[in-house]
Amino acid sequence: MPPVHIKERARAKKGTMKRLLKMLFKLYPWQLIVSLLCLIFNVIGNLCSSIFVSLATTALTAAGKQGVNPFVGEFAVSSTFGFTVYTNITYLVIILGCIYIVGILASWTWNRTMAIVTQRFLNDFRKSMFAHMEDLPIKYFDTHARGAIMSMYTNDIDTIRQFISQAMPSLIQTGLTVIFVFFTMLTASIWMTLVVVFGFIFMLITVKFIGGKSSSYFIKQQGSLAKVEGAIEESINGLKVIKVFSHEEKSIEEFNVLNNDLKYNSTQANIHGNIMMPIMANIGNFLYILCALMGACIYVFGWRNLSVSGFAVLQGQPEKFAGMIALFLMMSRVFSNNVNQFSQQITFIVMGMAGASRCLDLMDEKPETDEGYVYLCNIIRHEDGSFEETSEHTHDYAWKYRHKDGSLEYRELKGDILLDNVDFSYDGERLVLKDVYVYAHPGQKIALVGATGAGKTTITNLINRFYDIADGKIRYDGININKIKKADLRKSLGIVLQDTNLFTGTVMENIRYGRLDASDEECIKAAKIANAHDFIMRLPEGYNTMLSGDGSNLSQGQRQLLSIARAAVADAPVMILDEATSSIDTRTEKLVQQGTDQLMEGRTVFVIAHRLSTVQNSDAIMVLDHGEIIERGTHEDLIKQKGVYYRLYTGAFELE
Amino acid sequence: MFKKFKLILSSVREYKKYAILTPIFMIGEAGLECAMPFLMGMFVDEIKLLTTPDSFFHVDGSGIPVFYIALILLGMAIISLLCGWIGGKTASIASVGLACNLREDLYKKLCSFSFENIDRFSTSSLVTRMTTDINNVQMAFQMMIRIVVRAPLMLVFSAVMTFVGGGIMGFIFVGLIPIVAFGLFMIIRHAMRIFIRVFKRYDVLNESVQENVSGIRVVKSYVREEFEKEKFANASNAITTDFVKAEKIVALNNPLMNTSIHLSNILIIALGTLLIYKTGHYEEHLNDKGQLVGDWVGGELTLGQLSALITYGIQILMSLMIISMIMVMLAMSLESMKRIAEVLQEDPTIKDNNAPLYEVANGDVVFDNVSFKYKKESEREALSNININIKSGQFVGILGSTGSGKTSVVNLISRLYDVTEGQVLVADHNVKEYDLKALRDNVAVVLQKNVLFSGTIESNLKWGNLNATEEEMMRACEIAQATEIVNAKEEGLQSRVEQGGANFSGGQKQRLCIARAILKNPKIMILDDSTSAVDTKTDRLIRKGLKEDLPHMTKIVIAQRISSIEDADQIIIMDNGTVNAIGTHEELLKTNQIYQEVYYTQNRVGGDK
Repeated sequence: MPPVHIKERARAKKGTMKRLLKMLFKLYPWQLIVSLLCLIFNVIGNLCSSIFVSLATTALTAAGKQGVNPFVGEFAVSSTFGFTVYTNITYLVIILGCIYIVGILASWTWNRTMAIVTQRFLNDFRKSMFAHMEDLPIKYFDTHARGAIMSMYTNDIDTIRQFISQAMPSLIQTGLTVIFVFFTMLTASIWMTLVVVFGFIFMLITVKFIGGKSSSYFIKQQGSLAKVEGAIEESINGLKVIKVFSHEEKSIEEFNVLNNDLKYNSTQANIHGNIMMPIMANIGNFLYILCALMGACIYVFGWRNLSVSGFAVLQGQPEKFAGMIALFLMMSRVFSNNVNQFSQQITFIVMGMAGASRCLDLMDEKPETDEGYVYLCNIIRHEDGSFEETSEHTHDYAWKYRHKDGSLEYRELKGDILLDNVDFSYDGERLVLKDVYVYAHPGQKIALVGATGAGKTTITNLINRFYDIADGKIRYDGININKIKKADLRKSLGIVLQDTNLFTGTVMENIRYGRLDASDEECIKAAKIANAHDFIMRLPEGYNTMLSGDGSNLSQGQRQLLSIARAAVADAPVMILDEATSSIDTRTEKLVQQGTDQLMEGRTVFVIAHRLSTVQNSDAIMVLDHGEIIERGTHEDLIKQKGVYYRLYTGAFELE
Repeated sequence: MFKKFKLILSSVREYKKYAILTPIFMIGEAGLECAMPFLMGMFVDEIKLLTTPDSFFHVDGSGIPVFYIALILLGMAIISLLCGWIGGKTASIASVGLACNLREDLYKKLCSFSFENIDRFSTSSLVTRMTTDINNVQMAFQMMIRIVVRAPLMLVFSAVMTFVGGGIMGFIFVGLIPIVAFGLFMIIRHAMRIFIRVFKRYDVLNESVQENVSGIRVVKSYVREEFEKEKFANASNAITTDFVKAEKIVALNNPLMNTSIHLSNILIIALGTLLIYKTGHYEEHLNDKGQLVGDWVGGELTLGQLSALITYGIQILMSLMIISMIMVMLAMSLESMKRIAEVLQEDPTIKDNNAPLYEVANGDVVFDNVSFKYKKESEREALSNININIKSGQFVGILGSTGSGKTSVVNLISRLYDVTEGQVLVADHNVKEYDLKALRDNVAVVLQKNVLFSGTIESNLKWGNLNATEEEMMRACEIAQATEIVNAKEEGLQSRVEQGGANFSGGQKQRLCIARAILKNPKIMILDDSTSAVDTKTDRLIRKGLKEDLPHMTKIVIAQRISSIEDADQIIIMDNGTVNAIGTHEELLKTNQIYQEVYYTQNRVGGDK
């Protein structure tokens, strides 16, 4: 097998955010635009409260000065924005109420829309990620740790959810608010705004520094967590050894080293995350005090106030000054609150981008290619020896050529397989197979024997095109297998692997996995062929017993029998049995053997086995060593040769 | 539930002081945060009365000069910052510490478990409990000590301040708080119900991914990619439908907060201005510079207090929101706490005796009418009525098919499981009378699956005996025929062993594991199919070595190959959980059908034997 990638991306690739947003926008353009508009209304609504509080207090003071009732009639109120309106407090309250209602509706609309968009997008994302994963070549799965792939579907997708549903709206809301507030502040006083701007820059530096540290510790924490997880798994699996050597204390000691490492990173990550809020909030408080003092100085010392609204002179206009100060301070408060809120999202953004980046890496992997134009079809044989294609399941198959000019050509499937001088390497450097020549005539049983890593499984990986060969040719009934549609090639090969992978579902469903249109009767028949029927009937609910967790409620031998039944129902013309009976003891193996013997009848079969008793009756036995075939022949031939096979057989030499 | 809660909290141990300090600092921060708007209102009021530079420092009549208020505020901000900082730090230390201790406790518990205990939890569920679940508890605990105290305090503080600063205006909130609280409660209740359901389905989805990742060869062999895609899409769609339902409810949260904040603002503005107008009067006076200054005075509310009220209003409603968030987090972590407590409360089924024996006198082993079930409730007995008598120093072979009970028998000797009926005696004492460590030190087991741990050859051998000298180690290697393995490596005993012993072949691992067991110098050695990957010649040499060098040690060998046990003092044939026959090679070859069958299968062509 090729080496597993240990390195996983810890930080986001550049341009990830842009790509993610593009995907999002392409799928839900209208929802996003509507949300954005509503978000703007929502922000305006929120800001209006500050302005209207200021207007209302100014109006009250103005009314007092003019000696009128502030709640009725119209009187002049010169606002802090430099314009004068004729109004009263009742009007102001009504207008504010209307703005609020719009704001609340907008808030509801965007929250709801974004919630739905987030979930739908994640659904699409998850589905296309899974669909893409299913199309990836086996190489991807051989070179990536299972845990790492799994964590994309759990942790990484969740960080994307947090980014879209929380961090992104918060980012926009903060951005909008800050911009609005900034311009509002400018209408009051440029000098005081400058104070706020300096504060803002200071806040940004703080966010970058502390937020950066926090994120980097969070990423380290993920790493330590993975190590702890690995250690726990190793210990549970090796618990028996730990027990029989009374090694518990030592093992706890070792675990504590990793545990403490996790504690350190986790503590640092949390501290940096926790102190952000008080720091930012109090920078906001400092800013508030500074602004107030600045305003007071402008007023008292009669400094020339500058503002975009031409609100120039304050001296001698105390009520205007009062209104301006109140408005400005409130604005500075809103400003710092928003920056503070945003600072809380930094970690989510960094982690979300790292997660998205890993997922996108998977989606960027090249899927399996397929240029085949030869298809597999079922045929009905006529008495005169001719045949024709049928859509029903029969035991006979033919290859169907679909030529470029649209014409069809049929060739009966016989099951003749030839590996002609095949070279292969997983990594492009070290040859795993060297000049391998293997042929199997229709109906023959070919055995592959050799030590782990000799290249037995590699040969079967090449026949069903899990990997493509570097040099040489593989022919199936004389057809180069590159010309056969991959799906059809694989359908024509029944495979039973050493690792029996069962799926969540009933026993019946697991058998039917071999051929989806198989009837219950056919499945039961297959189970009988594989000698699985008896134990299935003894299960609590027979064929309807639910299997879960890879069939963990069955013994290894029983799972193996089910996987043989699954292959039996597939009824493929060529079979590959890769160590199918390795984890079964010699007596049980006999039972299985009877099953597989029935299955092999009339089929071309490749058998890979550790135990030589399984392969003795083969038509030919190939002994592989370091990617080369070193001996070939029937059992009797090889025994006579007194070579490696002979030594293996007599037990003088063992396979690893 | 409360008991479980207490059990989990008891793991906080040395971090208790941090856990107690945190809320104290949080209260300080909250108090200051509440007091500040009040002072800021005053500050703004005073600023408005400013006339000359002098008036920064002096005021006529009552009130504090602006400059001093600024200083006080500054001081408060600094203290608040410190409180927040320290509190944030202690909260992290306490919560992460709790998590760290919990992980350690769980790991220790795990090590104390018998196999019967382990069988009750699956590996993946134990890993989840020690990672995700503990993480949830950590977050919930941190929230609790930081915010559970702080948020209600903020609520109360702010509420009090509204009355202090705003007089009867405070009643606005008396009306608003219950309405908002009720709204939040309803949202949480409805959403939580859906979320809990969805999370379970989520597990199913993840399982399907896992099956596909590990079973990809099967999927591709049977060309089931499209089938799996559809299956996944259906599961994913179903979850999305549920999630959307829940999220729609949660999406009401923000608008509800907006509504309540807006409502409080509008009420404050409308009623506040009305109050000022009705109870106060507008007054103008000339200040030092001769300017006309005017403000509303004498009422139950001033304009400064009005802005302070708005700030308090926001604070009150925000605290409510935060409280609701904590409730959600706590509710979610309850499930995690339950799962952690389950492991902590699990009683190890095999416990040490109160007055145990520390001495194992010899290697006699007796099975006295032993029956054994893996689960008490299961009907099928894994072993029934086993009677075996082994004398110290004997070489005993055990043969039988998978599931016949060979491994179950030897597991009972080192007390990896306890018998259901009958008794197992070692050196004339029931195994239950011995100290567990003493027993296991004297019963060495070399397992079918040979596990080496990452480190060096030496560190692995020292599992057998921590104080073993190099000489002793080499001697053990010699008996186990592992000398050549050590010598072939440049660094000898110091050679690196990779995780799981990946850089050694199966046969090499088996031999090293046997050496490791020999170093324990046990009274009884059990080899559970542990020479399967060693060739027959080496196998024979190992047996010879054990016999000649360790004559007093009882040797129990489980084997598939007859050649491994041919010359045993007695061979036990296991079949279907019972002893089928006991005898020597010659006896069994004559009388026992199973033995004959196996013998002839293995020697069909005869070879050179």
